[in-house]
Amino acid sequence: MLAYILRRLLYAIPILIGVNLLTFALFFVVNTPDDMARLQLGAKHVTPDAIARWKVEHGYDKPLLLNARASGSAQLTDTIFFKHSAAMFVFEFGKGDDGRNIGNEIRTRMGPSLAIALPVFVIGLLVNITFALLMVFFRSTYLDLWGVVLCVVLMSISGLFYIIAGQYFISKLWNLLPISGVAGGIDGLRFIVLPVLIGVVAGIGSGARWYRTIFLEEIGKDYVRTARAKGLSEVRVLFRHVLKNGMIPILTGAVVVLPLLFMGSLITESFFGIPGLGSYTIDAIQAQDFAVVRAMVFLGSFLYIVGLILTDISYSWVDPRVRLQ
Amino acid sequence: MSVMPVVLWTDALIFALLACVLVLVWLIRRQEHLRAPWRVVAQRPMAMGAALVLSAFVAIGLLDSLHFRERLPDSPADAPQYSIDVLSVFDILVGDLRTQQEKTYSAPLAMQLYAKEFVQREGKTVREYPRLKFGGAHLQQEAERVPDITRRSLIGFAQGLALSLLVFGLLAAWQARCSKVSFGDWLAAWGEGRLDWPGRTVVFFVTLLLVLGSVLLHLAPAYHVFGTDKVGQDVLYISLKSIRTGLVIGTLTTLVTLPLAIGLGIAAGYFRGWIDDVIQYVYTVLNSIPGVLLIAAAVLIVQVYIESNPELFDTAARRADIRLLALCLIMGVTSWTGLARLLRGESLKLRTLDYVEAARAFGVSHARIISRHIFPNVFHLVLIAIVLDFSGLVLAEAVLSYVGVGVDPSMHSWGNMINGSRLELAREPVVWWQLGAAFAFMFTLVLAANLFADGVRDAFDPRQGIRR
Repeated sequence: MLAYILRRLLYAIPILIGVNLLTFALFFVVNTPDDMARLQLGAKHVTPDAIARWKVEHGYDKPLLLNARASGSAQLTDTIFFKHSAAMFVFEFGKGDDGRNIGNEIRTRMGPSLAIALPVFVIGLLVNITFALLMVFFRSTYLDLWGVVLCVVLMSISGLFYIIAGQYFISKLWNLLPISGVAGGIDGLRFIVLPVLIGVVAGIGSGARWYRTIFLEEIGKDYVRTARAKGLSEVRVLFRHVLKNGMIPILTGAVVVLPLLFMGSLITESFFGIPGLGSYTIDAIQAQDFAVVRAMVFLGSFLYIVGLILTDISYSWVDPRVRLQ
Repeated sequence: MSVMPVVLWTDALIFALLACVLVLVWLIRRQEHLRAPWRVVAQRPMAMGAALVLSAFVAIGLLDSLHFRERLPDSPADAPQYSIDVLSVFDILVGDLRTQQEKTYSAPLAMQLYAKEFVQREGKTVREYPRLKFGGAHLQQEAERVPDITRRSLIGFAQGLALSLLVFGLLAAWQARCSKVSFGDWLAAWGEGRLDWPGRTVVFFVTLLLVLGSVLLHLAPAYHVFGTDKVGQDVLYISLKSIRTGLVIGTLTTLVTLPLAIGLGIAAGYFRGWIDDVIQYVYTVLNSIPGVLLIAAAVLIVQVYIESNPELFDTAARRADIRLLALCLIMGVTSWTGLARLLRGESLKLRTLDYVEAARAFGVSHARIISRHIFPNVFHLVLIAIVLDFSGLVLAEAVLSYVGVGVDPSMHSWGNMINGSRLELAREPVVWWQLGAAFAFMFTLVLAANLFADGVRDAFDPRQGIRR
């Protein structure tokens, strides 16, 4: 087991290096620091002097890969690649355009992101599975048919609509919950309810439909027929057999997104004014803060790879048939 | 009036895509085994209804893809100069809808602006709701408005109904002749749903589209049916123009995805070994980067490129078009991984089958094995992926435009409409029509696409039959 995990970890390293090289190419080679400076300074203020000053301020005034002027190991370390790309491996993200340390920002913003994303994920999973089981229980009836149609309708509604309509009706017209913002302690719960509610509702369509297919695939299998032949009730078959076996694809699908919950949701956070990583990212994109975007790309990939490794582990844990070589 | 045709990049690609689809349809019609699943699709009422709605959208999108620039009236004949506005055939068809611009917001079907203003009246300054320049301009007073709207809608409704009756009559006569039964017998068969295609649903949707179109046609010249936006543009016009953007993103992105996914996916599964390793590595790397961020990074870069090379684009439309194309490219490059993985798994299975082994033993070349044996057997997966992805891409456009990395702000799109008006719900009185129209149009397109995709998937996915 340990050897397996170790091998997966080692396999993750080349992928992270690939991500790093890709972001380096995107941000420094295709799009040179000069271009960034021009975009940031705006058309009016572009002079060679201003560009040079901007590059010095942001630490982009070095050669890309090899510093011929330096000596010894500084030839490799005193470069943009080493300072800005390779440094990310030790989670050294440097400073954003607002002068704040990106690493610190990430640490303080993870909490609020998680406070929304985790409840959405857990409640959403429960609600979706419940709906899917109901549809499977009433399969081949009109209830199932209209359930699927309802799912397709819910899926076809833009996520932005759920948020805007939810904020408008629940908060503005009916004054039930605060429209956006955060607060500490027990009072903070009131602010979390609406985004979580909207997040769950927005996910029902695709989620319930997806789990329904999983359960339907299980229900056609031989062990279910055996269970019925034994005389088990349909409810018992569903909960004891179908749900349990369906958990394998569900869990493996869920585990991979678990680490990514730290990243939060771009849209939800920016609409509800939650100071999490999602709104941080969206602000960075809108302000064209390349350093932050780069850091978030790396962080996202890192968390995704952690998710992949967790998936492999959980898979072997849930399903004893999967033997680790 | 002389014009200069303008072929934008996306126009060319859309018509190339249309040509591909037509060739494909022609090929499918000739082969019975390819036609069979499509016949299953054609028998599903929901899929056919959705297909009709989709085709209405596609028709508008295609008309909106024939662009040209008008010649300036006072330019000399030997050295003609052309307007910098790039228009489309669709703009000409909708006539004054494009040019009838009000001052600012006005409610749907209103004859006044949405808020009071100070106006000069008989030498005095009074505060009242100013009249619109075009919306309801033929009316004398407010009391005439509702009866006028009702009258126009009823006329439109009646005309639409009459037209659809005519269409239905012609269809019935033609179908009766084809199947060599009497007109009455065919009608009876239609009414009882005994046809081999979902006749009632098709007729219902054709009627619905014709009636809706006809009512709009009667209302739109005199009113702003969905109101006007902040700068007074007709919201109906903007929503209709946005159809093209949505379709372009939904289809051209897939066009980028397909060669990558098919080529790399099949290659990885078929050749195995180091090719498989390299391709798997590439798609794991791409997959591990959060999609929105990769798109954002790439769009920022495209933006830098466009801004540092302004001389390459002679009109604003061309610049917006390049950005749209770049967006499609980027979304395509980030979204091929899922399909590639699916195709890899399928080719891994296929390559061990007896007929593939036999072909290899006979010395058939790899290229031929892939094109004759592997590709036809994974084609259903490709088709299902195309139709399933479409709706997701249309929805993604809105989110990306909100994030600020979507289409050009000057381009008509539902995402830009939502982005521009999401704060207006805080106004008093509430400005809801722009958001409402964008969401309604987007919902209709995506719902139709989803329902159609369901039909296609059920017909093509071999696993669907076994269930239950």
